[in-house]
Amino acid sequence: MSEHLANSSAGISFIVNGEKRTVAAHGMKRLLDVLREDLHLTGTKEGCGEGECGSCSVRMNGELVNSCLVPVLQAEGATIETVEGLGRAEALHPIQKAFLECGGAQCGICTPGMLMATAQLLAVNPHPTIGEIREGLAGNLCRCTGFKRIFDSVAAVVVEMDATAKTGGAHAG
Amino acid sequence: MRGNAEAHELIAPGSLTGVLELMARAPGEWMPIAGGTEIMVAHAAGRLREKKLVSLWGIGELRFIEVSGESIAIGAGATFRDLRMHDTVQSGASLLAKAATWIGSIANQSRATIGGNLVNGSPAADSSPALLVCDAEVELISMRGKRRIPYSSFHTGYKRNAMTPDELLYAVHVPLRFAQHRQYLRKVGTRRAMAISKVALAGTALLHGGVVSEIRLAAASLAPLPARLYRTEAVLHGRALGPLAIREAQEALMEEAKPIDDIRSTAAYRSRVAANLLGEFLNELLTAEARP
Repeated sequence: MSEHLANSSAGISFIVNGEKRTVAAHGMKRLLDVLREDLHLTGTKEGCGEGECGSCSVRMNGELVNSCLVPVLQAEGATIETVEGLGRAEALHPIQKAFLECGGAQCGICTPGMLMATAQLLAVNPHPTIGEIREGLAGNLCRCTGFKRIFDSVAAVVVEMDATAKTGGAHAG
Repeated sequence: MRGNAEAHELIAPGSLTGVLELMARAPGEWMPIAGGTEIMVAHAAGRLREKKLVSLWGIGELRFIEVSGESIAIGAGATFRDLRMHDTVQSGASLLAKAATWIGSIANQSRATIGGNLVNGSPAADSSPALLVCDAEVELISMRGKRRIPYSSFHTGYKRNAMTPDELLYAVHVPLRFAQHRQYLRKVGTRRAMAISKVALAGTALLHGGVVSEIRLAAASLAPLPARLYRTEAVLHGRALGPLAIREAQEALMEEAKPIDDIRSTAAYRSRVAANLLGEFLNELLTAEARP
């Protein structure tokens, strides 16, 4: 079975936020735990641990996944984006700015997942309707904001990104 | 109790043949895991009994959607996101596309596969009623070869199915002719997203001059397994649709349904709501027929 990807502690490699990382982890270890414990990327949070709350949302090969439900062996060779790859404190991503400005974040546990679900939504649908925003974030639970401010935040990002694109277009013209 | 990763072995042969060889050598010993949306939940809760798991994720030979003349072939590894985004699934198997949009959340749909949904065999499975009312077939594969059976004979009991221990679900075949039928699918749960069905009803029907010439009905969470409602169908078949036929069909459904009380709902509620859903479908048919 030498061609098989082995189960145990052989190196599992993937790209996280643009950087190649190799971890010696058990194949059934959750991607969530590998990110937090092995790679010290603690932005990704654990909420329910069973795929219901979306706190652990990350993007894997351009799709949104619950990292608590991904055995790390299945991430071999994948491209993963976590909240740490979105922006930095001194250079926030427009999504992060909008959540700050619109009160889309309170206690913060759901926020990294909300940001990643928003990033996913806007990557596939840059002009979502309110219904599409609600559907895009339906797997992410928040117990503080009542969701209204989160949806407002996403709507604000769309306006902001459109304005930026227009300005860019004017420069180009 | 939290699951312990080290108590399980997970391997990824990376090819369909690799998986099938493994399963042929030790039938029943390896549990296939695709997107993990069911198995990893059990694992997290410490109730995953299977020690050896073989990964199907990333095997391209299982993740396909092919349209060929009269039907659409869906690889068992196709995710619900693949299904809902696919043009021909949307137009030719619209009930399945609709069911795909309400399975869990976007993150679940990106990982959950149609094969996993069917093999897991929950009586509440979202894709099952949609497939049952379109005469779908399932194709099974092992080192011994492939075989096709009607999906209606795939489930044999609560979480039991017709596969032998060395077999894998390979593909689901959905005939496209049902796109010409009147179609219905509605799920009732506590919330539009994420919630598992309290009850769901699917239907396809053809009427000629107000008479029901073909009708297929299937439900989720009305029996220990996803199943057609043959006796209810029989009440309607060959009959002119009208208030009396509708009422008798609803009575037949309440007789035929064998739901249970559980954490999500009660048997009485499920039967009543299923009958209401049937009424909605049949009244839609009546209205559509009345239109010039």
